Amino acid sequence: MRAAKLPVWADLTLVPLANVVAAFFVSGLVVLAIGENPFNAMRVLISGSLGSLEGISFTLYYATNFIFTGLSVALAYRAGLFNIGAEGQAYLAGLGAALVCLSLPGLPAIILLPLAIVAAGVFGAIWAMIPGWLQAKRGSHIVITTIMFNWIATSLMAWLLVNSMRAPGSMQPETKSFPPAALMPKFDGILSLFGIAVPSSPLNVSFLLALIAAAFVWLLVWRTRLGYEIRTLGANASAADYAGIGTTRVIVITMGLSGMLAGGLAVNEVLGVQNRLLLEFTSGYGFVGIAVALMGRAHPVGVVLASLLFGMLYQGGAELAFDQPRITRDMIVVIQGLVVLFAGALEGMFRTPIAAVLGLFRRTDEPDSRSA
Amino acid sequence: MKPVLAGLAVAVGFMAAGDLAQAEVKPAIVYDLGGKFDKSFNEGVYQGAEKFKIETGIAYRDFEIQNDAQREQGFRRFARDGFSPIVAVGFSQASAVEKVAAEFPNTQFTIIDMVVDKPNVQSIVFREHEGSFVVGLMAAKASKTGKVGFVGGMDIPLIRKFACGYVQGVKYANKSADVFQNMTGTTGAAWADPVKGGELARSQIERGADVVYHAAGGTGLGVLRAAADAGKLGIGVDSNQNALFPGKVLTSMLKRVDVAAYKSFAEAKAGTWKPGLQVLGLKEEGVAYALDDNNKSLVTADLKAAADQAVADIIAGKIQVHDYMSDSKCPM
Repeated sequence: MRAAKLPVWADLTLVPLANVVAAFFVSGLVVLAIGENPFNAMRVLISGSLGSLEGISFTLYYATNFIFTGLSVALAYRAGLFNIGAEGQAYLAGLGAALVCLSLPGLPAIILLPLAIVAAGVFGAIWAMIPGWLQAKRGSHIVITTIMFNWIATSLMAWLLVNSMRAPGSMQPETKSFPPAALMPKFDGILSLFGIAVPSSPLNVSFLLALIAAAFVWLLVWRTRLGYEIRTLGANASAADYAGIGTTRVIVITMGLSGMLAGGLAVNEVLGVQNRLLLEFTSGYGFVGIAVALMGRAHPVGVVLASLLFGMLYQGGAELAFDQPRITRDMIVVIQGLVVLFAGALEGMFRTPIAAVLGLFRRTDEPDSRSA
Repeated sequence: MKPVLAGLAVAVGFMAAGDLAQAEVKPAIVYDLGGKFDKSFNEGVYQGAEKFKIETGIAYRDFEIQNDAQREQGFRRFARDGFSPIVAVGFSQASAVEKVAAEFPNTQFTIIDMVVDKPNVQSIVFREHEGSFVVGLMAAKASKTGKVGFVGGMDIPLIRKFACGYVQGVKYANKSADVFQNMTGTTGAAWADPVKGGELARSQIERGADVVYHAAGGTGLGVLRAAADAGKLGIGVDSNQNALFPGKVLTSMLKRVDVAAYKSFAEAKAGTWKPGLQVLGLKEEGVAYALDDNNKSLVTADLKAAADQAVADIIAGKIQVHDYMSDSKCPM
C-alpha cells in the first residue's frame, strides 16, 4: 500500500507529533489504570528530563546513543537495507576501542582518543560489511544475517571477556579500566573550567560527534554521488543495476558506513562513560535505534528529534520510577513500547487523515487563486 | 492479593505515626540489574527492609536500575534528597558507591557482597566458605555412594569460594569422597538457566552422585528438581529452599542478606552504624545451615550433631576453612 502523499515538513513533524500524542494518551490510560494521576506522571516525566541541567544532560546523553544507532539504521534503510544489527556492530566497535586503549596505554589523549574512535568505527564497519557482502553476493537476506551477527557478537564478546580480557580477580566479566587519557572529555568537566558549575552527568563530547555524524549522513545521502546511488538502490534495486550502478559495491559500502555509525554507541558508552569494556554495554540501544529511525522517517533531522524524544523517555522514565514508587521500571518500558508501537508499526494510521485535512486546505485555496 | 494490600495499608499507617517519632533516619535501597523480585539475592534485601519497616514503622525508598548509567544517578538522587543509610545491593555497585560516597561524605552507604574502602561506607561480606563447609560435611555424611556434586552459576571467584568451602567440608568428613563440580556458564545468563542446571545435576547423578549442592540462583531450581526427580538429595542456597521439594532437599546454605540490610537500617536508627568492613560468618549468623520441618527426617541426630560440632569448631577456630578469594587457589 502506497501511503498518502504529504509535504516533507508535515511528514517530518505533523505525523510523528500525532503518533506521540496518541502514544502518550494511551500511556495515560495505563497510568490511570494502576491508580496514579497521569497528568502528574507526565509532569514528572517532562520536568525530570528537561526541568534541570542534570535532567537535560542525561537526556542528551541517552539521545547520543540513539542518534548514532538511529542514523545507522536510517542510512542502510535509504539503500533498501534493513539493518537489525546495530546492537552487534556497536558491541564489536567497543572491542576495537578497548583493544586500542589497553594496548597503547602511554599515549596522550589527543592521539589515543582519535585512534580509539577510528578503531571503534572500523570494527563496527567490518561487522556490518560481512552481512552486506553476503546479501550482495549470496542473496542471504540482511535481516536474517544481521540478527545472527548480533548473536555471534554476543557470544564472541562473552568468550573474550570471560577468558582473555577479564581483569584478574574481578567478579565481573569486564576489562580493567582504561588509562585516564582514554576518557572522552565530559561536559561537566569542560564547563567547570569556565567556572560554570554543572551537576555531574555522563554527557560527553560524543554528543557533538553524533550531531556531526547526522550532518555527515545528510551530506552523504543528498549531496554526493554515492548518496545518489544509495537512494537509487533503495528506490529500485533492478533499476539501479540497469543504470550501471555497482550494487554490490554500494551495498557493502553502505553497510560499512552503517556499522561505523553504530560504533558511535561504543564511543559514547565505552570511551565516554564506562572507561572499560564490559559485558552487554549496548543494553538494547541498538534495537531502539530501529524505532528511532522509523520515527525519524530515516532522515537525519527526524532521527535527531526522535532521539531527543527517546532520551527524554529514558531519563524522564527513570525519574518517574524514582519519584513514584508505584510506577516501576516495567511501567516505563510499557510507555516506551507504546511510543514505538504508534511511531513505528502504526505510523500510517494518522497519515491519511492528516493528508485529507491538508488537502482540504489546498482545495479551498485553489479556486481563490483562479478567481483572482 | 487483598491481605497484602491490607498489610501495606497497616504499614502505611505505621509509617505516618513513625515519621513523627523517628524523622532522622531515611533509609533507601538501590537494587542491582536483576530487579527487586529476583527470588534470590535482591529479594533477600527487600525482605530485610520490609521486616524493618513493619517493626519500626519507618518507610524506606528503593530504586531498580535499568542500565549501568543509572547506578550513580540513583545513589546521587537519594543522597541529595537526604536519604541515609543507602544500601547498595551486589558487587556491581562498587564503583558507583565509591564515587558518590566521596561526593556526599555525610551520607551513610552500605554495600553488600563487596568491599569499598571509604570513611562513610560500610561493606558487608559473607563467609560463604564456612557455610558451604558445613553443608559439604553434611552431604558427605548423607551420601551412600561416597560421591557428591556441586553446580555453580556463573564462573566467578565468588562461586568458586562456595565450591572450595564445600569440597573442604566433604573431604573433612570423608577423605576418599569424590566431588563433581560444574559451572553453568560464564555470563549473567548462567544465573537463570534451570534447564541446563538440571542437565548438569543429572549428569553428576549418573556418575554416582547422590547429593548435589547448588550455588546458582535461578538455575539451581533445576538442580534441586533433577535431584528430587532422581530420588536423590539437593542442597539449596542463599534463602531456605527446603520447602521447594520437601524431603528431597537435605538442607540449605543460608546467606542472610536480609539480616545485612535489616542490620544496616537498624544500626542507623539506633545511632550505632559504623563504616568499615563487616564479615558475617557462622559466628555472626550471617551464614548457616537450614533446619525445619521439611528436612527434619533427613537430618538424623548423628548428622545434626556432626554439623553442629563443625559449626562450633569453625567458630572456635579449631577448623580453618580456606577462603578461595584470599589467594585464588583451592587447596583441595
